[in-house]
Amino acid sequence: MTTSVDTVVREACVSVGHDPTRLMDVAREVQARLGCIPPAAVDAIHHDLHVSRAQVQSLVSFYAFFDDHPTSQITIRVCDDVVDRLAGYDRVAKAFADELGVTIGQTTADGAISLQRTACIGMSDQAPAALVGNVVVTDLSAERARQVVAELRAHRDPQRLIKKLGDGNNAHPLVKAMVRNNIRQAGPIVMSEPRRGEAIRKAAALSPAEVIRAVKTARLRGRGGAGFPTGIKWEMARAAPGARKFVVCNADEGEPGTFKDRVLLTEWPDRVFAGMTIAGYALGAREGILYLRAEYAYLRAFLEDVLARRRSDGLLGRDVMPRRGFEFDIRIQMGAGAYVCGEESALLESCEGRRGDPRNRPPFPAQRGYLGCPTVVNNVETLCCVTRILDAGSAAFSELGSRQSAGTKLLSVSGDVSRPGVYEVPFGTPIQDVLALCGGRDATALQVGGPSGRMVGPADFERTICYDDIATGGALVVFDSTRNPLEIAHAYMEFFEDESCGYCTPCRVGNVLLRKGLEKVLAGRGEPSDLEQFEQIAKVMKAASRCGLGQTSFNPVLSSLQSFRYQYETLVAEPAQGRRRGFDLDVATAEAARIRAGGTQ
Amino acid sequence: MSADPSLILDGREIPFVPGQTILQAADDAGVYIPRLCDKPGLEPFGSCRVCVVRANGRTVSSCTYPASLGMVVESETPELQAMRKVLLEMLFVEGNHFCMSCEKSGHCELQALGYRFGITAPQFEYQFPHREVDASHPDILIDHNRCILCARCVRTSRDLDGKEVFGFVGRGPHKRLAASTGSRLKDTNADVTDRAIDACPVGALLRKRVGFAVPVGQRPYDTVPIGAPEPVQEARR
Amino acid sequence: MSKPRVATTSLCGCFGCHMSLLDIDERILALAEIVEFDKSPINDHKDFTQRCAVGLIEGGCANAENVHVLRRFREMCDVLVSVGDCATTGGIPALRNLVPLGECLHEAYVAGPSVHNPSGRVPDDPEIPLLLDKVYPAHEVVKIDFHLPGCPPSADTLWEALNALLAGKPLALPYALLKYD
Repeated sequence: MTTSVDTVVREACVSVGHDPTRLMDVAREVQARLGCIPPAAVDAIHHDLHVSRAQVQSLVSFYAFFDDHPTSQITIRVCDDVVDRLAGYDRVAKAFADELGVTIGQTTADGAISLQRTACIGMSDQAPAALVGNVVVTDLSAERARQVVAELRAHRDPQRLIKKLGDGNNAHPLVKAMVRNNIRQAGPIVMSEPRRGEAIRKAAALSPAEVIRAVKTARLRGRGGAGFPTGIKWEMARAAPGARKFVVCNADEGEPGTFKDRVLLTEWPDRVFAGMTIAGYALGAREGILYLRAEYAYLRAFLEDVLARRRSDGLLGRDVMPRRGFEFDIRIQMGAGAYVCGEESALLESCEGRRGDPRNRPPFPAQRGYLGCPTVVNNVETLCCVTRILDAGSAAFSELGSRQSAGTKLLSVSGDVSRPGVYEVPFGTPIQDVLALCGGRDATALQVGGPSGRMVGPADFERTICYDDIATGGALVVFDSTRNPLEIAHAYMEFFEDESCGYCTPCRVGNVLLRKGLEKVLAGRGEPSDLEQFEQIAKVMKAASRCGLGQTSFNPVLSSLQSFRYQYETLVAEPAQGRRRGFDLDVATAEAARIRAGGTQ
Repeated sequence: MSADPSLILDGREIPFVPGQTILQAADDAGVYIPRLCDKPGLEPFGSCRVCVVRANGRTVSSCTYPASLGMVVESETPELQAMRKVLLEMLFVEGNHFCMSCEKSGHCELQALGYRFGITAPQFEYQFPHREVDASHPDILIDHNRCILCARCVRTSRDLDGKEVFGFVGRGPHKRLAASTGSRLKDTNADVTDRAIDACPVGALLRKRVGFAVPVGQRPYDTVPIGAPEPVQEARR
Repeated sequence: MSKPRVATTSLCGCFGCHMSLLDIDERILALAEIVEFDKSPINDHKDFTQRCAVGLIEGGCANAENVHVLRRFREMCDVLVSVGDCATTGGIPALRNLVPLGECLHEAYVAGPSVHNPSGRVPDDPEIPLLLDKVYPAHEVVKIDFHLPGCPPSADTLWEALNALLAGKPLALPYALLKYD
């Protein structure tokens, strides 16, 4: 290491103008240059940026992509999401581990490469996948994993692992990724032919109130999953007192099995940024932030370039709507590996340079959001819809879909299907039609909306995708008849246990209790009372958790219990002779027996 | 002249001052809502969730939720009491709470709530996590086994002691209290007179050499439940 | 009519709960009037003579023998009561749950400052019951009907509880009798 810790920190702090709310950027820069954020760097940041040590230390410990001690030059993060597991994660991870001579979580003896596991990286349509540094490696096999290690040992340059570039902008000189778009069905709204600049030009002809009215007339609802009416959200922020307001685009696409925002950011970034600009105009904001998840860092340079082009083309900056006196600009805020930051108030905390603990509400972000200013947080897809609504008109938007659910929805389809990828379908499309499109012939269980959504069985396949039937943020993971719903639920509970911020009791403890309870049931040691307890825990988590994570994270258990109850019931039994089935004397004495037999202690 | 604003708490009209939380309004009206992370004088935190109430049909933490005009709040319903009991049981099994050897026993708010809710044994399995004790400081110790992550010490140190001795690190079940400088309490400017130490509702943050001073039977929660009306406490003393 | 039978045992406990039961003082005479003690250290009966109405369990399960005894109690008693913190939570013996078993044994029999053990071996006679991986509260091993926490539960607590149980009344302890220490 030629540069001292102090120098690196000083330069990082200068690059953000010593703005303490930009601690994320400083931490990312220090991590990138030093390979970690050691205590000395925490001290230096504390002095240079005038934030407390507690805040820096807390932030470093919170995000998965920050390390407090040296690991390696190159980190391989193998995605262990359920879809990757179906596609061969175990073989791939073992190949990596064997070839590197380490286990997951370790670094090679020469300090060159470390191996870690990570949650869904938004590549479920090309799983198994991994991140090598910022480089995405898809369609892995055990053999390919071994090659990756051999190549890295030879040249230590993750970028050179890419042999064939993906389609569309994945081959753009600033992206150069092997990622494929897998656009299987482009619909008329979100993934339609772009008409750059049109929507902003048309918005400029309207007053802000008229823009909001257009969005309300189109009956646009948030595409992140919760479905809050976008126009009302904007109106609240517009009405909220404050000279400074913000538009934030939530591109922290972390729900396992979701990747449609990845495709939108790759192919329709102008549409996303136009949507943000229009939102800014509507609510009186001059500043926008795109919060981009760390896993999509490979898109950052490309997106910065798109922003630069928009500035020079007068679609951002001073000249957006000169006659309206409206100016607007956008900056990109990188995340650092935390699912909970997809929750809008946690995302704002992260933008302000803190750990991603969700906030107490009220106040809502529209009242007091980023830096205490009224802030609208919208999903990537929602903003694309906004652009389309302004361009093609509210009627063209709302004529598709249903009364409560206007327009189309992008679905990220993965798992046991022959054509994984992104599908744009009108709201109201039955699940079975989607299954027919994607080739999910043997579908037995579906995870709709990712793990925080629900697991449904064939009895629900006639139901439709829309806000008033089966609402979804877009993930559709298909499982065939060879998969065990309980094992899937268990894997998702492990995910939530890792990703809970730990702030409130029901989520911090509930996820662990459910995960352990499932293990007991899966081992054939459950009792009917365990299933009742699952339901009780879920009820408390839903009602008492502080944010959307804990209010939904029991769903893998609760919804699989509802859809596949018989599979649970075959595994549980009343205790015989009053003996708790969870206690196994042989298991409990195994360690002592081993020690007695002379095993090493 | 309009009357003071009021809300309905369990069928009873109680006044509030605009800006107050439901919990503060209840306290002023002499109605106890169980709580752990909330402490008067500290910024509301909302982590333990024991103070959950139904406010106009929504389940919210009363310590963070603002009181509003005509709001209908339910607190002492069987459903909410059952929920609170589950939350307390979660806290008991999550850590290592050995009451029989804890200096805080009889003064502990978690224990007192266990008594108040009649918990004889939690329904969940004990997790027995491996946690540390930081006894590095000459006069103060942190026993992480007992910490419920309520941030009372964090907030007191920051806002009342003006020190910021404590913070949190990690996330999920691995979230834990940390001394903000270095990793040990001895490296901080924590002092035995800090108000943060008194803020701990459990036995996680203690002064050394002063435990077990009050005889069993005379401790605050030996005979009087936590949250009992003041006159009752006075009468029993 | 025969008197209801009561059995008691101390698993991984310190007998403090039994001492507390004896602390009911002269009321023990009244108790002897209304119940018959079956298997119990109080009368030194080593095994059950017949089915019992009430079993009182002191202590948690630390080894295989504790498990066998507890299961036997579950079979032979209509109502099984966990008495004291060790039975309800694992108690003081459960402090070892925070240390791996191998390390515990090494400290206790090999490396501890007061240990004299020239062989350097951990006792391994097959007669010694195998330790469990951790100390379990009684209700994680068998179904328990009632819990009386306390270290120990006071004599009054035990007296109240026994009277309620023998009278077939619901067990609702007054505030002052529910204690965890």
